[in-house]
Amino acid sequence: MTVHTSHDTDQSQRQQQERREFRSYLWGVGLALLLTLVPFALVYWGVMTRAALLIAIGAFALIQMIVHFRFFLHIGFKQKREDLQLILFSALLLIIMVAGTIWIMTSLAVRMAMPTQP
Amino acid sequence: MSEKVMKHPGLNLGPTHGKDDEAAETMMFGFWVFMMSDAILFAMVFATYVTSVHATAGAPGPHDLYNIKSAFIETMLLLSSSFTFGMASLAMKYKKSTLRLIGWLAITLILGVSFLGFEAHDFISMIGKGGVPSRSGYLSAFFDLVPLHGLHVTVGCIWMVCLVGQIACYGIDRQVKMGIMRLALFWHFLDIVWIAIFSVVYLAGLT
Repeated sequence: MTVHTSHDTDQSQRQQQERREFRSYLWGVGLALLLTLVPFALVYWGVMTRAALLIAIGAFALIQMIVHFRFFLHIGFKQKREDLQLILFSALLLIIMVAGTIWIMTSLAVRMAMPTQP
Repeated sequence: MSEKVMKHPGLNLGPTHGKDDEAAETMMFGFWVFMMSDAILFAMVFATYVTSVHATAGAPGPHDLYNIKSAFIETMLLLSSSFTFGMASLAMKYKKSTLRLIGWLAITLILGVSFLGFEAHDFISMIGKGGVPSRSGYLSAFFDLVPLHGLHVTVGCIWMVCLVGQIACYGIDRQVKMGIMRLALFWHFLDIVWIAIFSVVYLAGLT
């Protein structure tokens, strides 16, 4: 009798979890769609200055990446510590290397009077 | 209802899969280490592209070569394929019928292959306009970055075909589950790289 009820609650909990995870994918795809459509529309109709457009594109891309990590890759704060450390440390390395490269190369281009503007 | 601490980043199989769930712990951690190193590789190629985007040497530049409609279609294909792969993952986790799993994987594969088709069409039209990789520093960097992503998607598609073959031969055993979970991570990861590509390369190039 008791075995039966615990099995039933297990079953319903699993169904609940399934619905929650399905909704998470739906949220992910909805938000990602919105965060894609807006920058494409902004560029297509060219409604802003170039600098403002670049900032908007960067911001939307960053938010969309976070949305993908959250809803598609299921990264949250329930990770084990080393898993989160792996991701955050990789992100740190990535930022240092990319920002450093762009900084050094742009500085070089300016000093060598190479074209930096199209 | 909050779950217990996740065994590994990504969708966890959960206790109903018994030992398979435990086996996933080290396997998925290893795959995350690979994926993060792959992210560093992409980041460096991005840095190369950004620093050489103005080095057009009088050759056609972004405005002459890119097509925003084509980039938009590719983005939509890849985004929907990410969603359909999510559905495949859920079908496996909640032990739905094998047919349902294979169906979602097949839809994902079709979307992936159409993405590659549009991308190949883009490259051919660029080359037709004189944008060959050897023409300028900018074009070398472009053909380093975007086809590198395309190559990853191609490998993902081949992997998917192999997994469907394994399902047909062995059913959904532990090896197949591990394969699908790793490919899911890989596929979602490639979609994240594509966000950077359509923003940095196509949208920023067309402003």
